[in-house]
Amino acid sequence: MSKNSKSKNLSRRQFITKAGTGAVGSYVLFPTIVKSNKSLNHSGEEITNLKGDTDLSLNVNGKNIKTKVNANTTLVELLRDHLNLTGTKVACNNGECGSCSVLLDGKVVYSCHMLALDAQGKSVTTVEGLMEGNNLSIVQETFIEKDGLQCGFCTPGQVIAATALLNKNPNPTMDEVKEGMAGNLCRCGAYPKIIDSVLAAAEKLKS
Amino acid sequence: MNRKIIKSKSYLYDEKIESIAEVPEKELESLPLNKDLKFIGKAIPRVDGEEKVSGTAVFTFDKTFTNIAHAKTLRSPYPFAKIMSIDISKAKKVNGVLKIITNENSPEIEWYGDYSKLFDQTVRYEGDEVAFIVAETEDIAEKALSLIEVNYKELDFVTNTLESIKDSSPKIYNKSNIPDPGGHANYSRGNYEEGIKYSDVVIEREYSTQVAIHNPLEPHCTITKWEDDELIIWDSTQAVFSVRDAIASRLKIPASKVRVIKEYMGGGFGAKLEAGKYSVMAALAAREIKRPVKVVLDRREMNLAVGNRPDSQQKITAGAKKDGTLMALGLTSHGGMGAYPAGTYVHWPLRSLYKCDNIESNEYRTFINAGRARPFRAPGHVQGTFALESILDDLAEKIEMDPLEFRKKNFTSIDQDSKLPYTSKKLMEAYDAGAKAINWNNRKPAGTIEGVIKRGLGLASQIWWGGGSPPAYATVKMNRDGSVQVLCGSQDLGTGTYTIIAQVTAEVLEIPIESINVLIGDTQATPYAPSSGGSTTAPSITPAVYDGSLQIKKKLIAGASAIMELPTDELSYSQGKISEKKNKDNFLTNSQIIRKIRERVLVATGARNQNTDKYAINTFGVQFADVEVNTLTGKVTVNKIVAAHDIGRTLNRQTLENQFHGGVMMGLGYALMEERIIDEYTGKVLTTNIHDYKMATMKDTPDIDVIIVSETDPLVSAVGVKGIGEPAMIPTPGAIANAIYNAIGVRINSLPITPDKIITALNNRG
Repeated sequence: MSKNSKSKNLSRRQFITKAGTGAVGSYVLFPTIVKSNKSLNHSGEEITNLKGDTDLSLNVNGKNIKTKVNANTTLVELLRDHLNLTGTKVACNNGECGSCSVLLDGKVVYSCHMLALDAQGKSVTTVEGLMEGNNLSIVQETFIEKDGLQCGFCTPGQVIAATALLNKNPNPTMDEVKEGMAGNLCRCGAYPKIIDSVLAAAEKLKS
Repeated sequence: MNRKIIKSKSYLYDEKIESIAEVPEKELESLPLNKDLKFIGKAIPRVDGEEKVSGTAVFTFDKTFTNIAHAKTLRSPYPFAKIMSIDISKAKKVNGVLKIITNENSPEIEWYGDYSKLFDQTVRYEGDEVAFIVAETEDIAEKALSLIEVNYKELDFVTNTLESIKDSSPKIYNKSNIPDPGGHANYSRGNYEEGIKYSDVVIEREYSTQVAIHNPLEPHCTITKWEDDELIIWDSTQAVFSVRDAIASRLKIPASKVRVIKEYMGGGFGAKLEAGKYSVMAALAAREIKRPVKVVLDRREMNLAVGNRPDSQQKITAGAKKDGTLMALGLTSHGGMGAYPAGTYVHWPLRSLYKCDNIESNEYRTFINAGRARPFRAPGHVQGTFALESILDDLAEKIEMDPLEFRKKNFTSIDQDSKLPYTSKKLMEAYDAGAKAINWNNRKPAGTIEGVIKRGLGLASQIWWGGGSPPAYATVKMNRDGSVQVLCGSQDLGTGTYTIIAQVTAEVLEIPIESINVLIGDTQATPYAPSSGGSTTAPSITPAVYDGSLQIKKKLIAGASAIMELPTDELSYSQGKISEKKNKDNFLTNSQIIRKIRERVLVATGARNQNTDKYAINTFGVQFADVEVNTLTGKVTVNKIVAAHDIGRTLNRQTLENQFHGGVMMGLGYALMEERIIDEYTGKVLTTNIHDYKMATMKDTPDIDVIIVSETDPLVSAVGVKGIGEPAMIPTPGAIANAIYNAIGVRINSLPITPDKIITALNNRG
């Protein structure tokens, strides 16, 4: 009975698990793209499901990556769990809040809501990849100046969405910012200052 | 460090909170006004901004270890059932499963007082914990969860507050759902019947407010790791010390062996003030498997099991004289606690916001088969203020008085309960400044606006405590190079705690913000500071930081006096240097002094001052809303909110505005869209994701004008700051509801004010 009730609330991840294929092969590490000194969260031999069965080549933050993933691995799982890029957050894991926003060939996507394999051959930019060396991007810098954040959990997604918006429309009106960023939820409600940040970043980028 | 031990008093709701605290012996000299300060009050960028925008801030959600194991919780699918048996044999066989805990193999640990256990044999809401699985990965744990076979005996349930109080209702604890004692609170003042009798106008209204879910974006999560017999817990929490003590006592180990750490956390709003069952379960499992265990709740669990703002079903009677004198207020209210004890009362604004001699309030809280309530940003006040401010507008209309004039007429400068004056109450100034900013004079009588889209103005006032209290401590350490560390057991929820601590230290010691490193949220490394709730963080901790920084300065001056062989009153401190007043060229830097007195680190622990008992300490404010209602679709657009408040001193203009924006946005969502919905036939929650549980997005953002009418409140502390997290949200729903009424001339007494309610109300009017 409990399973029946539970099945009504099947999360997307459970669905994909069921639709996915079995796990074989081995998990490949790419220490070169691990930014911090933190250890990866799993050592290969202890882990069963991080072994991938399908080849995946993609570019993440300017680096070419060849790896193996399972068919059911989402892009955000690849980024956070395999590549240790934990700047990208997961708040709903259901494509509803935008915390996991990354750029896929320059376009914003919810990385919790797509499979890693769908990024095959594509370029992914995460919040870590917006940095210019050790320097913050203009959008990042302006979010600090204008205080376009509170707790910071949605911030990587907001910064990504703002970057994409300004790439597409360097001169947005306030309404265009609201429209363009509406897919990124901020429960702290820092919206007015996020809007200020995006508009101010647009000004800076112009000069 | 001259200290005295006192019994400190502070107030929150009916509770007079008394604790023994060490406070500075003498009152510290008050900080000058912001115009004479260099750091405080300025729009200093957040000191943790760079980590947050670059993705390098490590939240509990991000933290991991090489050999970490992951856990998931099996939760009851039924609102009320008895667990007859649990079969974990299949789940156990799943490759990668490390540990399964259920009521059959768990130690007996009481939870919710003595109402339940860590694993109870009765589950009382959809989401109650049944089993805990630890596995190599989250996916494995989740897969194994589905293989646990539980034989439940379903019981008759009740999820509706007003149903739960009927004699015929299913009983959650085999007795009345309103606990006795403790389920009824009466408050009265003056003579309510007389007040009604002598009123020229008396009206009665019923209000209903919904259940709202905190939904912070970082889910509740925890990592537990044993190092020998010491337990380290990384928790997404608003209260490191209270989590530590709760877990230590549940596990029956000394608190000194438990260390709780919280560095970055993604929002709490009251939902993260207590220790989670999951932390204790993870600690039990981690001890057995000898590996760190991480638990992250998913969004569905967030919407079922970690708290909510309870509903309220309020009936208010209000009487006034024709001249606008408020004569009497009566309230009967019921709130659904959920399946376990929690606070639901809403009568405080009615009792304290305006001058009213005759009050009678009876409140009841009742058990229902739903997730338990927790404090949620101004518990009770948001609900109570919405209802109170709605009926006051109706009353003002009946006596043909402007709603703003009516409120001014009933202004009080004396706390209605204690009869003490307030340390500060600039609500009149807030009314005037706010009214000007919203163009209140242009407000038209309710329902007189022509056209499909109607625009209206409304207002609501606010009272909250937010004065903070001792005990709260901060240790300030100055190194030989003059750089400073500040250690404080507080938390930054996104509110800017890191930044305001640095600002206060920089102000006193006149050193660059960049040379200050703030460490908070670590029970092992920092002195005690209270939980971050009740808008008390800034007012409790910044005076302690101020005291600690002043002590460091005093030590430096004493050191300089000895080295320079000059009395201290001939020395002056400026910008990290101490010089002879008469000869500025004769000086020593902080760094030189520390070296010469052969210290490596100067250390001082500052303490929060004692609260005054001659005054009541509160925050006040008013918000004005300008809304548009489309009478064909029922859609409400909030154009503008003016928030004019008396909150003592502004510490950081930017983070202050930001928090006001956040309060207004959360109030807007509560007024117009947020609602946990339970299907009454199955007892199941229908709104378990962020698509169905609607929260305000950027597109809902109005123009928000934040006006601060206060400069400081020196009677609270030498820093003069009061808390704003809750005041920012309290009046928003009431102001929006009143503006909607002003626009369409039809009153919606039930939150959230969704388009269907507006259309139905307009149709019913004919």
